[in-house]
Amino acid sequence: MNIKTKFFGEIEIDEKQIINFVDGIPGFPEHKQYVIINDEELGFTFMQSVDEWSLCFITLPPATLVGDYSFDLSDETVEKLELEKPEDVATFAILNIPEDFKKMTANLRAPIVINTKNNKGIQELLDGDNYSMKHQVFKEDV
Amino acid sequence: MLVLARKKDEAILIGDEIEIIVTEISEDKVKIGIKAPKHMKVFRKELLEQVKEENLQSAESKVDLKALAKAIKK
Repeated sequence: MNIKTKFFGEIEIDEKQIINFVDGIPGFPEHKQYVIINDEELGFTFMQSVDEWSLCFITLPPATLVGDYSFDLSDETVEKLELEKPEDVATFAILNIPEDFKKMTANLRAPIVINTKNNKGIQELLDGDNYSMKHQVFKEDV
Repeated sequence: MLVLARKKDEAILIGDEIEIIVTEISEDKVKIGIKAPKHMKVFRKELLEQVKEENLQSAESKVDLKALAKAIKK
């Protein structure tokens, strides 16, 4: 099927690639289907809404931002995503990119968690204060 | 909304599995203990509001991808 996207015009996607967020994500409960678009040239991963072209999140794998990113998934999430193995998990941190992009932050506290086996996703809110919702992507002034 | 008055060390039960205990009261703060099944998420409400706010801001960013990619690769 073809979908309109925020950054890449109209693209063709395989319906099997669609990630289903049963609860949507906070702030956008009505949009439950996204596709992941990897843009190697730009180095970002885009999470594009299937039914709303103007809704697209720019993300990075948290491991590229902090070396030892790790967390415990809640039982509720494991159940909801029907996760069987930790290896099946893909994790993305949503970027918040202001006009002055040097001040870009990544939400490490509420990562996008996807079961790559069944393409179910959720935005997990982590316990504890280990990770920030506004993690500075650029350490010092670029 | 149901509103109940409780003193220190008094508790409230919600269903069979959730217990909320007032463990400490000070001038402008109460400490609350929560016993709930592991599969239930318990967190401060403002945290979820923050996630929402972050998502809304992230979705709104009008970023010029090409300029950004260029700057990062410099």
